[in-house]
Amino acid sequence: MEALGIDVLFKGSNFMRLLGGLWVTVELSLISVAISMVLGVLFGIIMTSKNKAVKIISRIYLEVVRIMPQMVLLFIVFFGATRAFDLNFSAETACVIVFAFWGTAEMGDLVRGAVTAIPKHQYESSYALGLTKSQTYYYIVIPQTLRRLIPLSINLVTRMMKTTSLIMMIGVVEVMKVGQQIIEANRMTSPNAAFGVYATIFLFYFIACWPISLLASKLEKKWSD
Amino acid sequence: MKKRKLLKKLIALPLIAAMTAGILAGCGASESSGFRTVDQIKQSGTVRIGVFSDKNPFGYIDENGEYQGYDIYLAERIGKDLGVNIEYVSTEAASRTEFLQTGKVDIILANFTVTDQRKEEVDFALPYMNVALGVVSPSDKVVDDLSKLGENDEVIVISGTTAETYFTENYPDIKLQKYDTYASAKTALENKNGVAWANDNTEVIAYAMQNEGYTVGIPSLGSEDTIAPAVTKGNETLLNWLNDEITALGEEKFFHADYEATLMDTYGAEYEDQLVVEGGKTE
Repeated sequence: MEALGIDVLFKGSNFMRLLGGLWVTVELSLISVAISMVLGVLFGIIMTSKNKAVKIISRIYLEVVRIMPQMVLLFIVFFGATRAFDLNFSAETACVIVFAFWGTAEMGDLVRGAVTAIPKHQYESSYALGLTKSQTYYYIVIPQTLRRLIPLSINLVTRMMKTTSLIMMIGVVEVMKVGQQIIEANRMTSPNAAFGVYATIFLFYFIACWPISLLASKLEKKWSD
Repeated sequence: MKKRKLLKKLIALPLIAAMTAGILAGCGASESSGFRTVDQIKQSGTVRIGVFSDKNPFGYIDENGEYQGYDIYLAERIGKDLGVNIEYVSTEAASRTEFLQTGKVDIILANFTVTDQRKEEVDFALPYMNVALGVVSPSDKVVDDLSKLGENDEVIVISGTTAETYFTENYPDIKLQKYDTYASAKTALENKNGVAWANDNTEVIAYAMQNEGYTVGIPSLGSEDTIAPAVTKGNETLLNWLNDEITALGEEKFFHADYEATLMDTYGAEYEDQLVVEGGKTE
């Protein structure tokens, strides 16, 4: 145990603190993911527009999000907004804004891909059967889109969850930061703590992401019938 | 076709509205940015201090979740003398300046080294600690003078540190062995790949304390830098308050007590006078 450096986790309230850090990570990512999913679907539908201006604006938005490192976005929203517009976001709000901004763009692109991948004959057959436009979307297009979206969006969700480790830079103490705090506080007494603590954090991330994967494969099965 | 466009517009509107609302909701919680004067801090009842939460023994969190360390010892006293509560903000080396410039913290007490470049961005109060470079080597072959190094003797440094810059500028003839991480440099010294290891003196002193058979031959090399509290540029009331505080604390030997409470275990008694700056006065 000591050679692996797991013993430090059982000192004082260290383990509870690590769990608390995990909760911060999960909470902030879930809020951001929820916002991203809703706005992303809307944004994706907008992106399928044939209007030039709409296309260009969505393209710019998407590229900005792709090119900018999330760290830069965090600094812009947390520090930059205060300097430029006197907007004083709390660190947590800044995280949610940045992650939702990022997630909406990526989710939108996934939705756009999924919607445009629906073959034209699906629409035409539906109209031929006498379904109205909204019925066509509700019964034909959306179910097929959702099924295609699931594996892609799960990938996005887990990526967002992992990227939250950056938010320590603006002062949010999440699971990685708590881990580093524990390692450093014990660097004299247990120099091997890094291994045990990081292994535990790895396990935590796995526990947080695994149910999402499970849910996804369940939904995929259910909807493929 | 017309209808379809209208539909898109109808979808776009709430989306834009939602985003704007989100931004405005964020503003709801906003306070005016910029620094807070001493009176404003006292009135609010809380001083916000940016510290390290993972730099043992300067600022770290113990197993009970409490902030501890040399910087924290001072922070606690500042809070007490201001008569307010302390809200600690965990900062990283790279974001310390930003936190001050945007007024998100009142004071930074995060092992902040005074440099000319930083002086343009923040205001430093009087110093409370010295830092310099140090050189550690095996006790059976102590390197205590760099001019005595042989032609083939190599010195270990970590890439990107002040030690590397210092040697490149001042001793271009000394061969350097560069490593990327603390751990690999440590292994290199233990395997005798180099005759000595140069790093921040606090680091090498701590290393020699923990590892038997190693001695700090040169405890202070190059220009002595100091560590000081920093406030937002232009926050004169708080700066003056801190300077008065540090001067006053010198009379009761506060920073020696701080050293003995927090740094003694890591650095030992013999470096106390070298590392501590009392009352803001450096020799």
